[in-house]
Amino acid sequence: MTPTKLKPVDAVIVGTGVVGSILAKELADAELKVVALERGRVIDPQHDFASPYTFDELKYDRHSDIFQDLSRETITFRNNAREVALPMREMGSFKPGEAVGGTSLHWGTHTRRFLPWDFETRSRTIERYGKSQILDECSSQDWGLTYEELEPYYDQFEHLYGVGGKAGNLNGEIQPGGNPFEGPRSREYPNPPSSMNYAGTLFANACRELGYHPHVNPVAAQTQAYTNPYKLMLGQCIRGGFCSSHACSMGAKANPLTTVMPALLKQANFELRPLSNVIKVNLDSDGKRATGVTYLDAAGREFEQPAELVILAAYTFNNVRLMLLSGIGKPYDPATNRGVVGRNYSYQSAGRVTLFFEEKVFNPFMGGGARGTAIDEFNGDNFDHSGLDFFGGAYIAVASSGAMPIKSIHVPPGTPRWGAEWKRAAARYYQRNLTVRLHGACQSYRQNYLDLDPNYRDANGLPLLRMTFDWGDNERKASAWITKKAEEIAKAMNPSLMSAQPTAGHYDIVPYQSTHNVGGAAVGADPATSAVNKYLQSWDVSNVFVIGGCNFPQNSANPPTGTIGALACWAADSIKDLYLKRPGPMV
Amino acid sequence: MPPESQTYRYLTQPEIRFLDAAVERLIPADDLGPGAKGSGVTGFIDQQLVSVWGSHGRNYRTGPWPEGTPQQGFQSRLTPREIYRAAIREVNVHCLEQYQKAFEFLAPREQDEVLKGLESGAIQLASVSSKLFFGLLLRNTMEGFFADPMYGGNRDKAGWKLIGFPGVPASDYNDLIEEQNVPYRVEPVSILDVLQERVKLDSQGLPKHVKLKDEGRSGR
Repeated sequence: MTPTKLKPVDAVIVGTGVVGSILAKELADAELKVVALERGRVIDPQHDFASPYTFDELKYDRHSDIFQDLSRETITFRNNAREVALPMREMGSFKPGEAVGGTSLHWGTHTRRFLPWDFETRSRTIERYGKSQILDECSSQDWGLTYEELEPYYDQFEHLYGVGGKAGNLNGEIQPGGNPFEGPRSREYPNPPSSMNYAGTLFANACRELGYHPHVNPVAAQTQAYTNPYKLMLGQCIRGGFCSSHACSMGAKANPLTTVMPALLKQANFELRPLSNVIKVNLDSDGKRATGVTYLDAAGREFEQPAELVILAAYTFNNVRLMLLSGIGKPYDPATNRGVVGRNYSYQSAGRVTLFFEEKVFNPFMGGGARGTAIDEFNGDNFDHSGLDFFGGAYIAVASSGAMPIKSIHVPPGTPRWGAEWKRAAARYYQRNLTVRLHGACQSYRQNYLDLDPNYRDANGLPLLRMTFDWGDNERKASAWITKKAEEIAKAMNPSLMSAQPTAGHYDIVPYQSTHNVGGAAVGADPATSAVNKYLQSWDVSNVFVIGGCNFPQNSANPPTGTIGALACWAADSIKDLYLKRPGPMV
Repeated sequence: MPPESQTYRYLTQPEIRFLDAAVERLIPADDLGPGAKGSGVTGFIDQQLVSVWGSHGRNYRTGPWPEGTPQQGFQSRLTPREIYRAAIREVNVHCLEQYQKAFEFLAPREQDEVLKGLESGAIQLASVSSKLFFGLLLRNTMEGFFADPMYGGNRDKAGWKLIGFPGVPASDYNDLIEEQNVPYRVEPVSILDVLQERVKLDSQGLPKHVKLKDEGRSGR
């Protein structure tokens, strides 16, 4: 079938999530003619996300049509290269989105910045502890981009998304009540921090007793009504739960639909094409320049959209898959440790301590998404790792996310999974437990990577992306050690019972963990070990920019979206201020 | 609310009798309130099996289908509705051999024995993994007991009353969230309660919760 060739545009953007929406708006503001192609459908928040229908745990936690439709496309998975990868047939460990607005329609809104250390993981670890601290197979590396360079863009994104929080470090001065370990920020958050709930207060008191510095999580669920720099108004979050993995009927969750799209859709030089699935970036004969993209519309008709500039702004998996399907950059080969596309795929480690009380009732259904209270003492390199057999760390937090009954009933250890005894324990403890949770970093390893699957194909006949991934020893050891610290905090809270579960054994794709899949198109200073340069421009095809979680060379403990948003703002400025003036390789 | 006489679109009468008996062992009626059978979980499972999920309509369904490792997740070529159909028949075959009775006629202790055998994999079924079937059954039972009643289970919001979950939130939690150890006990509100205006709504369209008078009912 010959594709229908469309009229050329200045920029074509693949995906309309956090990254695609910001790039589209910024480039349209710079008077480029911009087309955004989105594989998912249009969302009309007033009707799609209307109350009371959004307060439906069964739909949104398991069966939502804003999640990726795996019948058409999924990934395959194996723990290691000795196994045969099998398709992820059912949604489990993570939930990529499929709609205008992308995965962030159902995010938990946690907008913690990465630590300055996160951008220089390898060099700072070697500098402080020597090479022996890092396992041979560990491929974690510096970003070639620093916290200082990104700081103005974190600030821009936080104001765009109306993040509520308390600064811990304003221009180098430590602020009471904030996170003293964060990198210096140039301004306060645009909105005030959340108030602390009962569980958070108990946790904060215990942390203070132990000499730690508790603070509330910065969140993009609005802590008050807010108008952002694109003049869009967001409502105040009511902390009614049904948040993470759900859509918000209050217009309080910052995402592309609430922060960007209504302004963008008014611009005549922007066009949104939903239900348009990009299958390839087209290159010229010597493979140095993209001529546009090929996509399938809702009817399966093939179109070619020529463009001067191609922005890949899809979820981690699709950005990497499109590079592999299009021949942009050299595919990674774990046998030789050469190639870059698919290299350094990473995820998020964890660990938890669940506490049960007899006389304390927490009203756990009140809350939302990433609301919660945290300490940063054991994150990154905020503590001395001398004598420890790992590097990196985790922040420790008590969430106030709105405990939904299907997935959030915890019973004491030793209780059967069902029957009369389970029922009695569920009734007693649903409101009388809390979890102290580790949100851990995940280093990258030579053996963890993404490539094209040799056996399984999508509905269009194209190979699925294959994930080869398992926890590294560094992550298991870090989680075990930091979970002990969490247990000390837990003990100081005086529960009647508690149980600890660090990250251990093999990574399992079945239980939900986080939609924090990162890497595969790492940013870096060296084209031998990174897929894009510091401007997120492909080293090989200079009019292709690849932007998103896929750029992380390894994962920070901190949730990815704030940094993804900052990268989008940074790339938009780099394109406007540098690239458009002198198209071509920027490094 | 589902009608008193539940109608079924997928499950057959023997399957309904099996599930009524099985889900009631997973969540039994007792002095705390109704169990899974009494709160309509069998009807919920029937609805789920005719839904998109029941035929894995949004799941990847292309072979080949090797068994895989536990970490690789669901790899059966059968859909949930096919798994229920095959497994219920085969569990009853096991029960007839072992106890000379179908599952629903066994004593509760014997029913628990069978369920534990499925859970551990000790009982093997001819065409489907017993652990896979038990996992679906337990998952769907919990979903049915705690999901919004519009899906047919959680009748009279029995699951929510058991644990003290208020359902559709009120808009004033921000005023209450800093309270320490003050239990919030209200009559739970379902999606249908809001749509049918069985509760008063505030200016934001959210329900005004009614405080429970009987402090002892929930969350004991």
